[in-house]
Amino acid sequence: MKKYQQMIESVSRSGATAAASEHSIFEELNVTIDHFDRSPLALIQILHRAQELFGYLRDDVVQYISRELRIPVSKVHGVIGFYGFFSRIPRGKHTITVCTGTACYVRGAVRLLRGIEKQLEIESGDTTTDGRYSLRCARCVGACGIAPVLVIDDDVHGDVASKRVKNLIRQYK
Amino acid sequence: MNAQEFQTWRTEAAQKLALRLAGREQAPLIDADVIQHTREVLVCLGGSCISCGGAHIADCFRDRISAHGLHANVRMVQVGCIGCCDLGVVVQIMPDEVLYRRVTEADVDRIVTTHLQDGDIVEDLLHQSEVGGHRYQRAADMPFFKHQVKIVLENSGIIDPENIDEYVARQGYDALATALLTKSPNDVLADIKASGLRGRGGGGFPAGLKWAMLADAPGNSKHVICNADEGDPGAFMDRAVLEGDPHRVLEGMMLAGYATGAAHGVIYVRAEYPLAIQRLQLAIDQAHARGLLGDQIFATEFCFDIEIRVGAGAFVCGEETALIASIEGKRGHPVPRPPYPTQSGLYREPSMINNVETFANVPPIVRNGSDWYRQYGTEKSPGTKVFALAGAINNSGLVELPMGTTLRQVVFDIGGGVPNGHAFKAAQTGGPSGGCIPAAHLDVPLEFDTLQELGSIMGSGGLIVLDDSSCMVDVARFFMEFCVEESCGKCPPCRVGTVQMLHMLKKICDGEAAPDQMERLEGLADVVSSASLCGLGITAPNPVLSTMRHFREEYLAHIRDHRCPAGVCPKLLTFTILEDRCTGCSLCARNCPVEVIHKFDDRKQYWIDTEPCIHCGNCFEVCRFEAVHKE
Repeated sequence: MKKYQQMIESVSRSGATAAASEHSIFEELNVTIDHFDRSPLALIQILHRAQELFGYLRDDVVQYISRELRIPVSKVHGVIGFYGFFSRIPRGKHTITVCTGTACYVRGAVRLLRGIEKQLEIESGDTTTDGRYSLRCARCVGACGIAPVLVIDDDVHGDVASKRVKNLIRQYK
Repeated sequence: MNAQEFQTWRTEAAQKLALRLAGREQAPLIDADVIQHTREVLVCLGGSCISCGGAHIADCFRDRISAHGLHANVRMVQVGCIGCCDLGVVVQIMPDEVLYRRVTEADVDRIVTTHLQDGDIVEDLLHQSEVGGHRYQRAADMPFFKHQVKIVLENSGIIDPENIDEYVARQGYDALATALLTKSPNDVLADIKASGLRGRGGGGFPAGLKWAMLADAPGNSKHVICNADEGDPGAFMDRAVLEGDPHRVLEGMMLAGYATGAAHGVIYVRAEYPLAIQRLQLAIDQAHARGLLGDQIFATEFCFDIEIRVGAGAFVCGEETALIASIEGKRGHPVPRPPYPTQSGLYREPSMINNVETFANVPPIVRNGSDWYRQYGTEKSPGTKVFALAGAINNSGLVELPMGTTLRQVVFDIGGGVPNGHAFKAAQTGGPSGGCIPAAHLDVPLEFDTLQELGSIMGSGGLIVLDDSSCMVDVARFFMEFCVEESCGKCPPCRVGTVQMLHMLKKICDGEAAPDQMERLEGLADVVSSASLCGLGITAPNPVLSTMRHFREEYLAHIRDHRCPAGVCPKLLTFTILEDRCTGCSLCARNCPVEVIHKFDDRKQYWIDTEPCIHCGNCFEVCRFEAVHKE
């Protein structure tokens, strides 16, 4: 039952797993599917695992899950589309998340977001053309005490003034 | 594990924690010599402190302690959120209870040599009061902590959340042992009913009533569900409990299971909290290994198991029926009630959903009795409430206060007031389902019913302070935007109504609203709240209605005078360049997307052609000499 721990670790290892063979990634996915006895009730948990393993929910992976759990592929896509956490397009190497929760909003999150959009020349939800950065907004990351908050990959940066952002982002290459 | 074994375990565990408990109630006896010579360094690893580099500071302490050969007498312990989140990384030295704030790598060595080795206090790392510059040695003396009553957070920041022994040392699982061995399920139910505990998730529904409904429901397979999908922006108290004291939530759920006849528990936790998920899983594994979860707990007939389900980022899943759908792997669409979850919930079997903080209140109630609990709080809202204090406030973080504490005490006595010379304008409670309380009502006691009378709600406990630089129409628009995006789309009043309300609010912000816009907005708000299916839609108009009620003048200024008094809504602002400050650097002109900033022909300064200006505010943002003026 160290599943969730693995889940968390696998996110940070995502660069390394990409190099591993397709086959073994599907094998890893199978472990999770078997763990839940192929139950359709575990669809969301399995999608979580798939997204960590593959980086995003590729069409063939979605079809595979649909077959294994015996859920129509339309329904699987219905679930994927409903939840903001799932993505059907590849993410950049680094994900930059700007928290736009109330506390961050009050302390200038929008200004922060606009600044990053300008720096990276993309809008929230997009990925830079070189595939290096994806930019998205979060509802609230629960670190309101140090608003405004910026999350790059797994690192939370608090009290981010617009001026510091440029250098901060450049540290992630 | 039987009662005897538990007792032995508890005594041994308490002994190991003696240093941290010294001077507290029911602390085990400890040698004066030990107190003199041993120290524990508690490093806060709550969400904020981690982001300030807490994990690294913890490593540094471990490193420096052994480098100075102190490891025999000094121990580093990683603890959950201490509470003062803006002071991270926070370190507390026990048993002296000295609190150091904003500790950086460079400070670690000083603390180790000066305090731990020589026994002197590192003065400049102590917290300093905003007024007068007084330095506080002990956390308990800081105004931020002085007024707090910790029930839910009694262990957070004191124990290592990854060590079950430390929870047991703090009377953990005591309530469960007492209940299983000496009380009937009905006794436990009666305790909860008598305590008057109300659901801490937002609505304030009496927990005892809900438990009784599940207990009375027919069937052998019942479920206890913990709602850890803390979706309100600006709320992070459940996160602190899950990350700082996870066993407390498990124990609360088990007691609920015992009282209601359920044998299965599910914790539905949001994916944004990976550390909480990890610590909960660890806690479940540890409880299993000790025989506290599983079959025949404490050698009784009671069996209980808990599993974790991870959410996937949908605010509506905080609603009971949507949450159940999500646990079942489906789209989180709410369904009409009745049937209530206690009749037909998870897997169509009787289920009961309580929030994290509600469950966290249960063990102390069962342990100490309902009379003890009722000494805190008010008649109608007994106990304490954890607030997540954030926004325009000096001391942000988590505070646990008796219900009925006034807003003024929270903002000024505990929060230290509004920073940067701004004035308090309003406090926002209840997130997108709540409302704003203006300065005129600063003396309102914070409890479920009084907030409702003011058009807000307690919500899960997020309390965001807004200063005079916030525009209330803009705040209403912010929350409406949130509701538009999070509306699940199932029922039209919410799906269509919120979009239209947002449209109207945008018009007001842009100064394009018709004179009767407010009446139309109110009319639509009424439709949305009365015709929507679930709580999301029903409460979505609250932020708009409460700001219209308390800040009517500000709305009128936008609509009638095309003016934004707080200087926030860009379309209503006029940008001008103050000639005496302009250095002619041309930065604003280069950043103007419509190229309406020109250089004077006869001097180096620039001027803005206000007619074609699109009010984007770029010039204001980029100017390094504060030469761009907006009003």
